[in-house]
Amino acid sequence: MAEEVKLFGACGSPFSSRIQVALKLKGISYEYIEEDLTNKSPLLLKYNPIHKKIPVLLHNGKSIVESLVILEYIDETWKANPILPEDPYDRATARFWAKYIDEKCVAAAGKAFWAKEKEREKAVEEAWDCLKTLEGALKDKKFAGGETLGLVDIAANFIAFWLRSFQEIFGVELLTEEKFPDLFKWSEEYVEHPIIKEYLPSRDELIVFLNKRLQNLK
Amino acid sequence: MAGECVQFLGFWASPSALRVVWALKLKGIDYEHIEEDLLNKSPLLLKYNPVHKKVPVLVHNGKPVAESLIIVEYIDEVWKQNPLLPQDPYERAKARFWVKFADEKVVPDMVSTFMKTGEEKEKAAKAARECLKTLESGLEEGKQFFGGEAIGFVDIAVGWIGIWARIVEKLKDVSLVDEETMPLLHAWLQNFLEVPIIKECIPPWDKLLQHNKGYLVKLTPDST
Repeated sequence: MAEEVKLFGACGSPFSSRIQVALKLKGISYEYIEEDLTNKSPLLLKYNPIHKKIPVLLHNGKSIVESLVILEYIDETWKANPILPEDPYDRATARFWAKYIDEKCVAAAGKAFWAKEKEREKAVEEAWDCLKTLEGALKDKKFAGGETLGLVDIAANFIAFWLRSFQEIFGVELLTEEKFPDLFKWSEEYVEHPIIKEYLPSRDELIVFLNKRLQNLK
Repeated sequence: MAGECVQFLGFWASPSALRVVWALKLKGIDYEHIEEDLLNKSPLLLKYNPVHKKVPVLVHNGKPVAESLIIVEYIDEVWKQNPLLPQDPYERAKARFWVKFADEKVVPDMVSTFMKTGEEKEKAAKAARECLKTLESGLEEGKQFFGGEAIGFVDIAVGWIGIWARIVEKLKDVSLVDEETMPLLHAWLQNFLEVPIIKECIPPWDKLLQHNKGYLVKLTPDST
C-alpha cells in the first residue's frame, strides 16, 4: 500500500520529538517538515486550524494532532513494536501516567521556569511534588520499559531531557540527583537510548527553540 | 460475567463522575456505587487514587482506574457491547481530539464565565461561545450524536458540559449554547439530555442549581 506519512514538527520541541521516536520505533517511513514557529506555514494552519501547533501527523491526507493522540493513532495503525500494552488495565495505567506528565509535570515545570521571583519558591515546590510522584511511579515500574519504549517512556522525554536542560538554562533546580536519585539515574540512561538520542536537540538548537517560544509569548 | 466486582467511587454533583456513570449504564454493567463526601474523603478514595485524591475512581476486581476519560476508555475496552469509541483509528483520534478540546479549551472559559462578573464575565462568555462553536464542528450534519447514530465517547465526555452550560446560563444570565449561532450543538444538547438512559442519571436540576449557587456565594459573598 502506498502510505503517505508526513510529520510537521519543530526541532527543539519535546512533543515533536515524541512522534519521531514512535515512528522510528515502528519503522515507519515519513517525510519530516520543519516548521518555523514564528512564521507558521499555510500547510500547518490548514492541517491544524484549531490549535495551529506542531506536531501534526498527516497520514494519507488526514491530519492528526496533539502528541498523545498521535501516539495512540500510530499504535493503532501500525501494529509492530506496540507502544501501549495489551491488557486494558495496563493501558489505563499507561494513559494515566502519560496524562500526569503532560497535565501536571510539564505545566508545573513551566511555571517554575517562567515564574516571577516572588512566585518562584511556590512554583518550584509544586514541581518537586510532581517529580516526587514520578519517582514513586518509577519505583513501581510504571515506566522505564528498559529496551522497549512504551507510551509513558516516550511521554517522559520532557522530564529526562527538556526539564533537565531548561533547569540549567533558567538556573532553577528541579530534578537533582540529591532529591530524586532514581528519577535522575533513569534520566541519565534515558538520554543514551539510541532511538531517543537520535531525536534530541543539541544545546544550541534548544536555545533557538526557547527564543522562538519567547518571541511567540510576547 | 461471573466473579466480576465493579465499584464506582463518585460524588453526585461531580461532572466527571457523571461521565463514568453514563458509560456504565450504556454498557449495562452492574456496579456498587460508593458516594464520597468530598469534604471528608474516605480512606478508600485516598487508597485508590493516591495521586489526585479525586473522584471518579472505578475499581474493577480490586484494581483502581482514575481520571474519567481514562476510565471510560477502560470500560470500552473491557466490556465490548455498545462500543463507545469508533473502530477506525482515525475516527478514534478525532474523538480523542474533541474530548481533549472540550476539557482544555471549553471548560476553562466556562469556569471563567461562572467565576467572573460584569465586563469580564461577558468577555469570558464570548470566549466560551467561540470554543463551543468550534466544538460544534465535531458534529456531523444529519447525525444525532457526536458518535453518529449512537451515543459515543465524545457525547459522554461533552454531555455534562452541556448541563453545566445551562446552569451557568441560568445563574449568570449569559448565553452559552446559543440556538441561533450554534444550531447543531443546541439541537444535539436537547436530544442528548432527553435520551432516557442519560436523563435518569442526571441529578435533579434544582439540586444542581442550588449546589452550584453555593459556589457562587462563596466566590462573591456580597452578591444577592
